[in-house]
Amino acid sequence: MMNIPCPFCGPRNEAEFAFGGPVKPRRPDPNATSDDEWADYLTQVPNPLGPVEERWWHVKGCGTWLSIWRDTRTHDIVEGPGNAD
Amino acid sequence: MQTDRLDNGGRIDRTKTLNFTFNGRPYQGFEGDTLASALLANGVRLTARSFKYHRPRGIVGSGVEEPSTLVELLGDDASGNRPVTTVALREGLAAKSVNCWPSPELDVGAINQMFARFLPAGFYYKTFKWPNWHLYEPFIRKAAGLAAAPAEPPKEGHFENRYAHCDLLIAGAGPAGLMAALVAGRAGQRVMLVDEGSEPGGSLLSRNLMIDGKPAMEWVRSVSAELAGLSNVRHLQNATVWGYREHNFVMVNEREPEQPSILERNWRVRAGQVLCATGAIERTLVFGNNDRPGVMLASAVQTYVNRYAVRPGKRAVIFTNNNSAYAVAADMQASGIEIAAIVDSRENPPEVARASVPGVEVLSGQVITTTHGRRRVRAVTVAPAKGGTGRKITCDLVTVSGGWNPAVHLWSQSRGTLAYDQALSTFRPDKAAQSAASAGAADGHLVLAEALRSGAEAGANGGALPDIPASDDLDYAVDPLWQVEQASGKAFLDMQNDVSVDDVHLALREGYDNVEHVKRYTTGGMGIDQGKVGNINIIGTVAMQKGLPLDEVGTTTFRAPYTPVSFGAIGGIREGSVALPYRHTPVTAWNLANGAFMYESGARWRRPGYFPRAGEAFQDTVNRECRTVRNDVGVYDGSPLGTFELKGRDVGRFLDHLYTNVMSNLKVGRARYGLMLSDDGLVMDDGVALRLSQDRWIISTSTGHADAINGHMEEILQTEFPDWNVFITTVTSQWNNATICGPKAREVMQALGTDIDISTEALPFMAFAEGHVADIPARVVRVSFTGELSFEVNVAPRDLLRLWQRILEVGVPFGIAPIGSEANHVLRVEKGFLSLGHEVDGPIDPFDLGLGWAMSKKKADYLGKRSVALRRAGTSNRRELVGVIPEPDRMIPEGGPLTPGGEKKPTEGFVTACVYSTVHDRWVGLALLENGHSRHGETVHVRLNDGVIPARVTPPIHYDAGGERLRS
Ligand SMILES: [Zn+2]
Repeated sequence: MMNIPCPFCGPRNEAEFAFGGPVKPRRPDPNATSDDEWADYLTQVPNPLGPVEERWWHVKGCGTWLSIWRDTRTHDIVEGPGNAD
Repeated sequence: MQTDRLDNGGRIDRTKTLNFTFNGRPYQGFEGDTLASALLANGVRLTARSFKYHRPRGIVGSGVEEPSTLVELLGDDASGNRPVTTVALREGLAAKSVNCWPSPELDVGAINQMFARFLPAGFYYKTFKWPNWHLYEPFIRKAAGLAAAPAEPPKEGHFENRYAHCDLLIAGAGPAGLMAALVAGRAGQRVMLVDEGSEPGGSLLSRNLMIDGKPAMEWVRSVSAELAGLSNVRHLQNATVWGYREHNFVMVNEREPEQPSILERNWRVRAGQVLCATGAIERTLVFGNNDRPGVMLASAVQTYVNRYAVRPGKRAVIFTNNNSAYAVAADMQASGIEIAAIVDSRENPPEVARASVPGVEVLSGQVITTTHGRRRVRAVTVAPAKGGTGRKITCDLVTVSGGWNPAVHLWSQSRGTLAYDQALSTFRPDKAAQSAASAGAADGHLVLAEALRSGAEAGANGGALPDIPASDDLDYAVDPLWQVEQASGKAFLDMQNDVSVDDVHLALREGYDNVEHVKRYTTGGMGIDQGKVGNINIIGTVAMQKGLPLDEVGTTTFRAPYTPVSFGAIGGIREGSVALPYRHTPVTAWNLANGAFMYESGARWRRPGYFPRAGEAFQDTVNRECRTVRNDVGVYDGSPLGTFELKGRDVGRFLDHLYTNVMSNLKVGRARYGLMLSDDGLVMDDGVALRLSQDRWIISTSTGHADAINGHMEEILQTEFPDWNVFITTVTSQWNNATICGPKAREVMQALGTDIDISTEALPFMAFAEGHVADIPARVVRVSFTGELSFEVNVAPRDLLRLWQRILEVGVPFGIAPIGSEANHVLRVEKGFLSLGHEVDGPIDPFDLGLGWAMSKKKADYLGKRSVALRRAGTSNRRELVGVIPEPDRMIPEGGPLTPGGEKKPTEGFVTACVYSTVHDRWVGLALLENGHSRHGETVHVRLNDGVIPARVTPPIHYDAGGERLRS
């Protein structure tokens, strides 16, 4: 069971969270994208062997939706790339 | 008669005699015995039959490593497949061997031995592959034996789970673990010291060693006492660390923490650091018939002699490749066991080892090639390791030591790597993957002084080291001997799974040359063994055959659990109704008292299905409740409906994004029906939004989807629009409601008394008002799920029961009755109201449901808009919602498929619901039908196994198409 850092509650057991899936690219403007781009947005989900950014909902805690970078090989929570922005 | 009990010594209480039975025969042992030590004390040597060949087997080990004898406990504490060495003896214990019937002496399955050469590795897979393995599996599993699962829960006591946190979790309270706990405990760390044994000490319990000039167990006692006085140290015995997961999450199974109330407690521990002080497990040696009863691990013989005062034999041959067996020989000799010879495969056993048993014949450079005897060993054949003629030595005990393997199981579970240590001829912990360390024998420190030092260092963790107590121990040295090459007879690597050297050779010949493949093909190291005794010998055998060094062969994966864990312990108190509790409304007790038939109706809400009266059959009750609503007035408890309050400046545009229709222009005091789609165009939910004030709203969701919609709304709000001013509060349990429905609903409202103007003009359909009903603060909402005039009276939960009882009192003159969910279902089907679980599945969109009007054209964007448009741009036929009237009149089962002409052709839809309509006095239904909107009036056909039902297609509304009644 992972120990997930919640920005409000600190590190908490995974059992208190609901998985929200990998973070997808930002929702494009549906009126300014092609059919293919829209279909890709809906269906293409990151699934790497290695670090992936994903969402967790602290549903049995404070209710925060947060994101972490998790290495899918080890469950280690790691620094994400491009945290500069 | 305890014929093999020594007169003195042992950590047993001879004043407490315990009676037990094994395979139906009565025996006696002492408090402090295990079932294994008690059986050996009683002279019982044949205790089991092997898994595959049903060969006679005895007791081999003394702890969790026991590979040979598994037992099934009977009676109140029934459980299966327990190593005999881990069962603490108690009064009245009843146990039997697994794998044999009716007894190990008279085992019917033993005929397999005669066919042994036809039962090689992979035999089952090869032989029973046509037409498929699963056809044969149940019979083979049965023949393979192993214990039956208990049929009943334990008679007394329960299981529980507990969470804990600590700075340092130490697995193992042997010399290293105790030393580490002492140092870390004194430094003020929060320590959990967890040990699988009945008392602390680990290997010191079995060995005659001195610490600081006194017997080692005195040191153990004084350390334990000091730890007990430290409030920052939690010390558990009878507790096994059985799993080591990510993020230093460790699972501990504590047995019988509080007798008799708690049978097992499963701890889930988050540890800052984990110290694996798990000791080492002795390897067996691999020679012909090395599984015969009487062949035992040296460490086990030492344990039986010293700890349990049991003599497992009278005349022993010791077979070793390392020094530790010499210390065992000394202890055996001291207990009166005659040592016929020490057979040492090394050409030059060290003098320091020989010195511990002066006068005993040491046959250096020699090996045992085979054993003799039937149900127990009578003699061995000894021959030079380099080949040559052998000689027979009579004995009734063969004590073997193939060297020591650090118990790296937990370390490996944590993903720590292993490295092959040439000097120790085994794998040792190498690089940690988490905050973990190893100490003592688990780290390869097999001599007591080193173990104590490594424990102290681990406990100090870089801090000041205390004085290490002085100790004496024989130096350890080993030469690897993975198998005796001139072995005659089956030479077992893994006794538990009956895997011999030949099986591994066969697997390699057949191309399974990765060690993981060898494991799967031969099953070596599987099951509860998990590579404890035989694993390294298998790796060594593979290495020899392939001509590779051991580190290139590598190890297989060690998996949790380290030792078997009962399902009860994992489940804890989550059994029966506690596993998944019901949700209740304040009228549950009233419902039960009034004879309601209750069941779960989504999201674990326990609701009344119907309220049967004397003499009514199910359908009578439902029909009566429907007529009550259609002709008079009924009341139902609508509290489980998901309810959320949304506050903030941006709620309007937030709801415009969530719902398909426009919500932001809703007037204060009004309600609006809405549909929610997911962004890929699936119908997620439908419900009603109320605008309480400019910035304050209430929305309702279907009961079953409330939790999911909550997550959906929060995710969008927090991740996409974090700067929007919206606050969402779940108020399902803050607002309960009684819904009064039927043509006489207004009269009941008036009889209740209310300060709200409930006339059609003042409070029309889809409006709401706040005030009092029956002097109770209430919000009254004009929505309808039945198609009749309805008042949904929302009150605080504390007031619901009072309101409910008042409604039923004042409603008597109007013929009121409580209504269950069965009647509600009929009434909504008559009206063609949507039920998400029935009429909606993946491909269905709002247009198919006739709800295209709810898909706003005005809004540029909302969830699902683009996707529905994209899907509808396709050319495939849509399945659309229609009504169906079965002709002739009869019920159609829910889900009944529609096929063209009722023929065996691809379906063109299915019936989503079919109910008996009291309005029409006949069955009516709803269906999803290809191009259904343009097929009203056609006859379609439901194709069932037992016939075809024709049905007329109608609009999906069977009652009050104009909606006059609900607006009245
Ligand atoms: Zn939180």
